[in-house]
Parts: sequence; structure tokens; C-alpha cells
Amino acid sequence: MVDQSIAGPVMASASEGDRSGRARIVILLLCLGLAAAVFLSLTSGASDASTVNVIGGWLFGTVPDNAALSARDSLIVYDIRLPRIILGMLVGAALAVSGAVMQGLFRNPLADPGLIGVSAGSSLGAVAVIVLGATILAPVTASLGTLALPLAAFCGGLATTLVLYQVATRRGQTSVAIMLLAGIALAALAMALTGILIFMADDRQLRDLTFWQLGSLGGATWAKIASVGPIIVLALAAMPFLARGLNALALGEATAGHLGIPVQRLEYTAIIGVSAAVGASVAVSGGIGFVGIVVPHLLRLLIGPDNRYLLPASALLGASLLLLADAVARTIVAPAELPIGIVTAISGAPFFLWILLCKRGIVDL
Amino acid sequence: MIEARDVSVDVAGKPIVADVDFHARPGEIAAIVGPNGSGKTTFLKALSGELAYTGRVALNGRDLSAMKPAEIAVHRAVLPQATTLSFPFTVREVVKLGLVGGRSGVLPGDDTRLPERALARVDLDGFAGRFYQELSGGEQQRVQLARVLCQVWAPVHDGKPRYLFLDEPVSSLDIKHQLIIMDIARDFARRGGGVVAILHDLNLTAMYADRIFVMHRGKLAATGSPQDVLSDDLIEKVFDCRLRVGVLPARNMPFVLPQSAA
Repeated sequence: MVDQSIAGPVMASASEGDRSGRARIVILLLCLGLAAAVFLSLTSGASDASTVNVIGGWLFGTVPDNAALSARDSLIVYDIRLPRIILGMLVGAALAVSGAVMQGLFRNPLADPGLIGVSAGSSLGAVAVIVLGATILAPVTASLGTLALPLAAFCGGLATTLVLYQVATRRGQTSVAIMLLAGIALAALAMALTGILIFMADDRQLRDLTFWQLGSLGGATWAKIASVGPIIVLALAAMPFLARGLNALALGEATAGHLGIPVQRLEYTAIIGVSAAVGASVAVSGGIGFVGIVVPHLLRLLIGPDNRYLLPASALLGASLLLLADAVARTIVAPAELPIGIVTAISGAPFFLWILLCKRGIVDL
Repeated sequence: MIEARDVSVDVAGKPIVADVDFHARPGEIAAIVGPNGSGKTTFLKALSGELAYTGRVALNGRDLSAMKPAEIAVHRAVLPQATTLSFPFTVREVVKLGLVGGRSGVLPGDDTRLPERALARVDLDGFAGRFYQELSGGEQQRVQLARVLCQVWAPVHDGKPRYLFLDEPVSSLDIKHQLIIMDIARDFARRGGGVVAILHDLNLTAMYADRIFVMHRGKLAATGSPQDVLSDDLIEKVFDCRLRVGVLPARNMPFVLPQSAA
């Protein structure tokens, strides 16, 4: 039963206001960009190890002229650069997607795991393991081994988020304003507790802590990837299922519910996913700032706020940017290494200010 | 059919709606009127499953409190008073959010054109590429209506009527678009759906409503056809205004002129 008035006039351009085509092209380009970033990272570094040789040997079985050099190259590429690249991609994707999901969840373009205390809670967990691992927490760290740090960071982030959610939710209604304010309070509390731990730390632990807090992908090993990789991959794999719900949530919780979205379940899933991804990232790489806020904003300018495209694009761009930042961190003061958190903040913060100056409209509060 | 029995809603411990009986039939526009703060919006929120209530609400014969959000969304769509958006969506993207549930009721192939058709319906032809946040309040309201229409595009789905819940749908609109929107509501009802609308304009209410529910201090003060309900006594009692209800000779349609205030 379609009457004439509903059939309406023929549309001249049915795709007007539809940015999904552009989004697909951008995602394709980001895939190529990530491939390029991986290649650049594999071939650059403090050593002159030639990846081409190693990959050539691996793919075609060609034996390079100097077998000894090849063995060294192989070691550098497979055991140092490759795990570092995989870890960088995981952490970059996790931070960028977590930022995008948080912003969608709180309907606030300023939301970032760093802002609402998730990162601070994760840090507290990680610092507790670093400082108390040899004394009070020794039984725990001994039984968990390399898993202790990521698990502690995950638990710290999750605990923060759950407390936050309890404070902000009454009778099934979540107040975003209360959640943001409570997050600031919880972050302050977690930082104070972290401060106490740092106060208790000895000199060697202090040096470890300082470098860990600045953020670094250094010391990436296959064992580390085995311990945090599954957490991050699982969390990232869950996020695309949230995209449609997060889109509806942009209209407000009530309207999202009217559209048939199970809002409460969506929010819980997003919170647990973000806690897991951020906790695992913080555990292996410390505080790497600005990825979670710069990447989604940049992409919203390009492809719009549709989370079905924004989330995968954020993962790709976050991974690429972190690889590039790490390549800079590894080479700029070679053979020494700059903490990657410094690189992301030094390039990210001015860039973000520049976006804010040029495109005031993107933060519409 | 939507049937509510003894519906009460407390907000923060205060009774806002008390013992309201209500029904909305397919083919009809049911208007809820009443002064500010009389509990109209709160009642509509209970009816749409957004607020907890006591009493019983049945949507097409099923207990509302036992239905999942996705099931409810198949049967009714809700237009809130105002909707703010937190990210720079285009108008087309906002309207398309109405299709999130995927049960517009049109053939799958028609889905892609639905946002444009819905926009044309609310007289926003050519607005698809504009940014929602750059539109005027009245235009935003009509974009939201287009989104709501997408959600329940076919007024009858799987042999069951669907419902439009409209909370003050014409409050920010000029007279031309007030009539366009009310015509959309009437057309939706004529094609087998049901409409529940909170209205403030008593004359529009008299023109379009098949049944009026008058709310006063959280309770139902009167119910019936416009001719039965709109009387001098009721207006004075509920709205605290001594006005005279006039009647057009042609169609026996009541009208209320503010100039008649005594």
C-alpha cells in the first residue's frame, strides 16, 4: 500500500549526505598505509639488518652471500622488530578504538580512556605489580609470571570503570555528566595511590617506572604478545558489534532505546571491552597519550561519525600512527631510544590544537 | 491496540502519573492534552517503555514490560520533544538511524531510498546533505520525524498495526508545517496505524484527534471525542482559564479562542 504522496518525487542524487562510499575508500587507503608503515618499521632501526634479505630467504629459500650476517639479520627482524611491530599495531589499534568507543558511549567528543580514569586505574594496577611484585604481591606475581602485569592493569581499569558505572547509574539510567565528573575524581584517587607506591619504590624501580610511564614499545617479546595479544584482539573483535548501537546512542539513551537498542547491555559491553583493551595496552606500553583522542577526531573530519566505518578506520590509523611514532622513537636518537609517549604527545598535541583552531565545529558541546 | 490500565509513575519518589487508563486504537489519532506539568510526557515515556511504571500496558495484546527493546521498536516509534546530537551527522545519516532496527516494513530494495522519501514527506527535500546541527529547531524536529517515519514506514507490519508516539510534534513549527505534520499523522492512522500525540494547540487537537485524553495533575480528567471533551467547564477546571469553546457550524468542530478570556 504505497500511495503517490509517499512515493515522492524522483531523487536527483540519492547519495547526497551519504559518506559511506568515501569511508570505504578511506579505509582501503588506511590498509595500504598500514602495510607501508609495517614495511618501513621492518626495514628501519638502529641496526642495518636488511629485511628484504630475510624475507627473501624466508620466501624463496635464497641463501644470502654471508650466512653469519643473515643469521643476525634474521634474529633482529624476527625476535626484535617483528614482535615490536605487532605489539605496536595492537596497542595503537586498541587505544584509538577505545577512544572512539568511549566518545560514542559518553556522547562527548572529549571522552578518552585517559580522561575518565580507566588509564589511571590501569596504571595503578601495573605500578602495584612493579613496586610490590617482589614483596607483598610476590605470591601473585610468582604464580602468574608475565601475565601478572597485564592482568593487574586490566583489573585496575575494570575496577575503576565498574565503580564509575555504579556511581553514575541509578535505576537503569546512566548519567553521562556524573560519570565524567566521577571519572575525574577516580583518576585523581588512582594517581594519588600510584604516587604513594612511587614514594615507596627504590631507585631501580623508580627508573623502571619513569620509563614505563613515559610509554615505550621497547622490550616487546613474543611472550608479551602472547600474554596481552589475546585480550586486545578479543576486545577489538567485540567492538564492531557495538557500532550500530553507538550510532543510535548519539541521539541519546532514551532514543536509542526507542530504536530497539538494548542500551544497558551495549554500555556494559563497551565498558568491559575498553577496560580490557586499555588495561592490556597500558600494561605493555605504559602511558601513550593522544592516540585515543586525535585519531577518531581526524577520521570524523574525513568520513563522518558513523561508527561502522569509524571503528575499523580508527584501528587502522591508530596502528599505523603508533608504528610511525615508534620508528621515529627508535631512530631519531639512535642507538638510544626516545620513549614513544613523548613522540605521540609532541606530534599529537600541537596537531590537535591545530584541528581545534581550524575546525571549531567538531567539538560541539 | 495499546491498552494501559491503572498506570502510575513515580519519579524520584514523587507520584507524577497516577492511575491513568488509556487506549490507542489503530486507525485513530489519540491526543493527550493538559497543562504544563500535568504528567503527559511522563505518561508517554511509560507507554514507550522508557520509564518504569506500575499497572499494566499491553502493546498489540502483549505485556509491554515483558518485551525486549528490539521487539517494542518493531511496533512503535517515538518522536521526543527535542533531540540534540553529539556528533556532526548529516541529515541523511540521522534519518537512516531510524533503520537501525531493520524493520521499516518496506521491501529490502526500497530501503536505500527510504531516507530521501521520508525527508520529502516532511517537506525537507534536498536537505539530505546538510549537517543536522546547522538546521533550525523546526527543521531538526522534522528531520527527527523523518527518522521516526523510517522506523515504522509501513503502518501495518506482519498483520499488526504500528504506532507513532509524538511528543509535541508541532511545537516548534510554522503553521504550514504544523498542518503537514498533522496530515502525516492522520495519513498514518488512515492506512491502519495508530497515533498517540501530546498536543498543546487545542484547535489542532480538535481538528485531527479522534479521541482526546485530558490530563490534570497526573490524573486523567476526561476522555472522549473532541466534541464531548472540550467544554467551557473542563477548560476552566483543567487549564485554570475562563475561555469559551466555540463551535464551527459546518462540521460541529469545537474551537477555543484566547480572545474569549473572561
